Amino acid sequence: MKTWLKIAVSVWLTGIIIAGIAFSMVKVPQTWYEFPFIPGLEEKARNIIFHVPISWATVVAFAMSMIYGIIYLRKKDIDYDLRSVSSASLGLLLCILATVTGAIWAKFNWGSFWNWDPRQTSIFILLLIYGAYFVLRSAIDEEERRATLSSVYSIIAGVTVPFFIFVMPRIMSGLHPGSLGDEQGKGPVLEFKMAPNMLMVFFASLIGFTVLYFWMYSLKVRQMRIERHVQQITETH
Amino acid sequence: MMIISTSYHIFVKEFVSEFRTRYALNALLMFVVTTLSIILFSIGQESPSIDVLSGTLWIVIFFSAMSGLSRTFVAEEERGTSLTLRLLVNASSVYIGKLVYNFALILVLSVIIAVSYVLFITEFTVKTFEIFWLTILLGSAGLASASTILAAIIAKANTKGTLFPVLAFPILLPLLLTCINATKLATEGAFLVEAVKEFQILISFTVVMIATSFLVFDFVWKD
Amino acid sequence: MKKLTFKSENIAKLYNRRIILENISFSLSDGTAFAITGKNGSGKSTLVKILCGVLSPTRGSVEFSVGGAIVPYPDYYPHIGLVSPYLNMYEEFTAEENLSFIAKVRSLEREWQERSNMLLKEFGIYDHRKKEVRYYSSGMKQRLKYCAALLHQPSLLVLDEPSSNLDSYGIDAVRKFMVLQKQNGILMFATNDAEDLQFADRVYSIEIGNH
Repeated sequence: MKTWLKIAVSVWLTGIIIAGIAFSMVKVPQTWYEFPFIPGLEEKARNIIFHVPISWATVVAFAMSMIYGIIYLRKKDIDYDLRSVSSASLGLLLCILATVTGAIWAKFNWGSFWNWDPRQTSIFILLLIYGAYFVLRSAIDEEERRATLSSVYSIIAGVTVPFFIFVMPRIMSGLHPGSLGDEQGKGPVLEFKMAPNMLMVFFASLIGFTVLYFWMYSLKVRQMRIERHVQQITETH
Repeated sequence: MMIISTSYHIFVKEFVSEFRTRYALNALLMFVVTTLSIILFSIGQESPSIDVLSGTLWIVIFFSAMSGLSRTFVAEEERGTSLTLRLLVNASSVYIGKLVYNFALILVLSVIIAVSYVLFITEFTVKTFEIFWLTILLGSAGLASASTILAAIIAKANTKGTLFPVLAFPILLPLLLTCINATKLATEGAFLVEAVKEFQILISFTVVMIATSFLVFDFVWKD
Repeated sequence: MKKLTFKSENIAKLYNRRIILENISFSLSDGTAFAITGKNGSGKSTLVKILCGVLSPTRGSVEFSVGGAIVPYPDYYPHIGLVSPYLNMYEEFTAEENLSFIAKVRSLEREWQERSNMLLKEFGIYDHRKKEVRYYSSGMKQRLKYCAALLHQPSLLVLDEPSSNLDSYGIDAVRKFMVLQKQNGILMFATNDAEDLQFADRVYSIEIGNH
């Protein structure tokens, strides 16, 4: 990845972190670096800037892992499996972060870290899927078979994702913003309840984290390719 | 159609094989009896809420599925008959035969568990029986549809026994939660129409699982 | 008798980047007995699996045609009979039940019963046909594997270690069917046994030279 892009992303995200944490939230914002209150959330709304993009990124990571898995099954080129694992590794890390930021927010908003709200349950299930993916991989010794079976598993898991992400919050009312029981409707993100400047920071964060993900992903893939190459060399000697 | 006839013969083979050896079936039944007993003992004199009981019902069914549904593929690998089947029949027939067998197996087990719950736990009162039994039927179908392809996967890996629940739990969780929900509706005396959304989910889950399994089974079964 | 051809082109198999087989190429037509030989661990059984379509090669291809029509890889099962240490019968069933299952699942013609009885007699296990296979000795199990492989009169008969676990009577029966197979189709076998090798028209060695 180009150096200027790396620097740009670093500065970008630093700016976002500052904006997310330091900008004050007041009832009536006077300047551009003040966010207005969102009814029901107040200060805790800051979480949106971090938690939502990270959750978004972990889902993207999973989707990419699954897509590379599908391509592997068609082309049988082990490089696609390397890409699949790299994506999944990052996805796992992001998922842990998403779960933790979500739990912290839950503590401040609803009183306890865990509530079995549908969305919270969904991110937990995604965590379990990532875990299962890696446990499956560790249980297979042969490279091609490992790639094939983990690709198949990611497809099966991918197919259940619509069920738990979209179906469940609609069926069961929950505490998470955007669930059936929330009087505010579909939640601050979908209903654009955020003020323009906050919205900007939010979208900036979304973009920033996505670029960060691709940066880390490209590093990871290169690392895995080198590792495999080294193994190949040491084995034939 | 030839595929139906070959699938049927595979199903019969599974059935007769299980009947002959019986140790797996015995172990499963003992498992069900033990788990039910544990639940009954732990309830004791208490009156747990009916929601909790609905949840435990499906926990027992889930663990029975985990104990019994992987055997069909794992046993073939362990006894060296996997290669035999591979050179006898086309892959789809193997999948269908084993899927139907797994469905029959988990249906029988879940009916036993459900009946035991109704008979032995006085607080567990089902008011709308149509919802209850339809949930058992559709839930079993869903469990079998996911378990069969996952069983095929873990049969090709090491540490098969412990791997199966690890892979299956995240996949089956939406199904289980929906079944628990529907069971709650049944105990509350809801009308059949109120559970339609749940049944839609169960049916679509099963259909999606089976369709996906058909697409990927070749990759798993063939080396 | 249908015209058969069997061709393998540059087959290679790697296991975790380690080369097990490399540059395996040969071409056969019907009426051939083809022997594969090599030290223990040279990859004979792996090659047999690849040729039967049960294991996919890392590189290269296998082409098998019956009556001019190419049989799609890897679904060779209607035309192949395999006897191998890795292929077992169902031990909770009797010999008869195993053969009956095979016949049903292969959708064989109604005369399979006669052929089944004939094979059981030829291999000397007719008297034990109603006993469950788990009570068989290893020699009897091997002989049953032959009955199972020959039941559908395969165009291609593949034997991995033909004489293993067999006494002289068993070996005689095997030889008889090897001759029959050579006349009516293609016979392929993997072995290091010198007497077995004498049956072959061609011997392919997976080591020096042909590697």
